[in-house]
Amino acid sequence: MSSVADTAHAPEADRHHPDLVHHFESLPAQKEAATLGMWVFLVTEVMFFGGLFLAYTMYRNLYFHAFVQSSRHLNLTLGAVNTAVLICSSLTMAMGVHSSALGRRRATVAWLLLTVALGSVFLGIKAVEYKDKFDHHLVPGERFQAEELHLEGDEARQAQIFYALYFAMTGLHATHMVIGVPIILILAWMAHRGRFSPEYHTPVEMTGLYWHFVDIIWIFLFPLLYLIGRHH
Amino acid sequence: MSEHIVSPRVYVTVFVGLMALTAATVFAATIDLGRWNTPVALIIAVTKAVLVVLFFMHVKYSSRLVALAVGGGVLWLLTLIAGVAADYLTRGWVGTPGT
Repeated sequence: MSSVADTAHAPEADRHHPDLVHHFESLPAQKEAATLGMWVFLVTEVMFFGGLFLAYTMYRNLYFHAFVQSSRHLNLTLGAVNTAVLICSSLTMAMGVHSSALGRRRATVAWLLLTVALGSVFLGIKAVEYKDKFDHHLVPGERFQAEELHLEGDEARQAQIFYALYFAMTGLHATHMVIGVPIILILAWMAHRGRFSPEYHTPVEMTGLYWHFVDIIWIFLFPLLYLIGRHH
Repeated sequence: MSEHIVSPRVYVTVFVGLMALTAATVFAATIDLGRWNTPVALIIAVTKAVLVVLFFMHVKYSSRLVALAVGGGVLWLLTLIAGVAADYLTRGWVGTPGT
């Protein structure tokens, strides 16, 4: 780890870099500020998703049987494949950031486009899963059919809580990806135009942080939503 | 801060680790570990998250200020969970007031 003080002084040439805004002393100091700002934003996101995870945990403890029955209706194979797809996309994103830091233009564009492709595959699989839940009337509301889950009475209502949380959590997660994909596309275009250099590629790096964060959310969603009570 | 360039070999190693842990969590869910099924799933998920944060998100190579912001976030999340859990998990002990 380098201390913050190291970042304040940079070679004279950097002070006239076109991407250095005037209120920063140097490019490294500017980048440090961006990184810290991005992390503060991501921490607010952690708290945002954290509240949902907490709600899920409490209801799961209260209504365990209904949650197990509901969870078993989720497609384990598709969930696992999507986990793998998202981890692959994190690797390609990391390689995109790496390439941009080395000033490799074509490699940057290729890795970013690969990330977009994998992100799209994830969203496609998610859409297939959502359609299945709509087809089986497992969307919370009047038409909810708990018979599908072999539940009745109170437990049928508890299953709706599971599916409400399922749609809220995976839906918010997917929303983050729907936002991320076009941003990465724009970055690929900017990289293609030669907008980034080893000295300045902060947008690629910050978007990388965002993308990896979205991956982390799924790392927790997958076991919590898909993997309860699978051993019975 | 001369930027720390992480070797692709590190990324690939982390990637293989993440994939292996994904397989491990699916496997662990299919066998009956009694009350340990959920803790095992969470331990694996936390391990994966730490790998992503340290290597893919470069926190291992970042300034202490960034590490502090990340650690602070985790601390507040745990505070949130602890506070609510302390309420919910003890309600059965004393009954719910007003009922």
